[in-house]
Amino acid sequence: MSLQPGQTIELRVTPDPFVTYRYAGASGDFNPIHIDEEFARNVGLPGRILHGLWTMAQVARAHTEASGGPEKLRRLSVQFRGVGRLGEEIAVTGRVTEVRDGTAVVQSEAEQGGQRIIRHGVAELEI
Amino acid sequence: MPPSPTAIGKAYPPISYAVGREKIREYASAVGETNPLYFDVEAARTAGHDDVVAPPMFAVVYSARAVAPGLFDPEVGIDFARMLHAGQEFVWGPLVVAGDEVTTTASVKDISERGGMSFFVFETVSLNQRQETVSTGTWTQIVRGG
Repeated sequence: MSLQPGQTIELRVTPDPFVTYRYAGASGDFNPIHIDEEFARNVGLPGRILHGLWTMAQVARAHTEASGGPEKLRRLSVQFRGVGRLGEEIAVTGRVTEVRDGTAVVQSEAEQGGQRIIRHGVAELEI
Repeated sequence: MPPSPTAIGKAYPPISYAVGREKIREYASAVGETNPLYFDVEAARTAGHDDVVAPPMFAVVYSARAVAPGLFDPEVGIDFARMLHAGQEFVWGPLVVAGDEVTTTASVKDISERGGMSFFVFETVSLNQRQETVSTGTWTQIVRGG
């Protein structure tokens, strides 16, 4: 598909209560804040939290699904803020801000419960 | 105490990773992907790939282990209890497919301080068996009050 300036992308996903276990196994990141409810509470978190890189994978997926496949995504940069919670919908939104030399630049964020848990997403998509 | 910049430029031993078909499927499922390129060998071959394709963020799977020695390096001096993963960037080259051998080298790109926080930036460069750069990662860790 062709991406034009101003065009928006969106992906909505609700992380199920067990996704952190599957992602820990898939990625090798077994930090207990993601998989041990008691440990997470003891360090002041509301409970087990999402892996930031899982949430970044949702941002990446929003881009590859909008642009036609994995080979289109050339660059993605994000900043992590706050904590991602289980069982609550995440909305990834992005907007094409520039198109030049066969590349579309997309700025994005991921929001959950009024909190922007990923900010300053910048992607380059081949078009 | 401000962080010491002496480790800037320091590189760690390369880590090799053999990309497996089931590992790609496991990862793709865990992040909610549904594109047949990640699951179905025939679909991937029809699209011109040698085997199932790794989603771009699979870069984490083959490169994160290369960063670990830097996170634990006393010369870098990260206080783990106060560390946050603050930012991440990947720049991608050719797609990774099952059967590839990816070798990742990590280095300390920058150590700095601002606003009472220490910033530790690591870079990973990942090459496939043809010496093509499949991804370059920039990993930014913040240590509060450091």
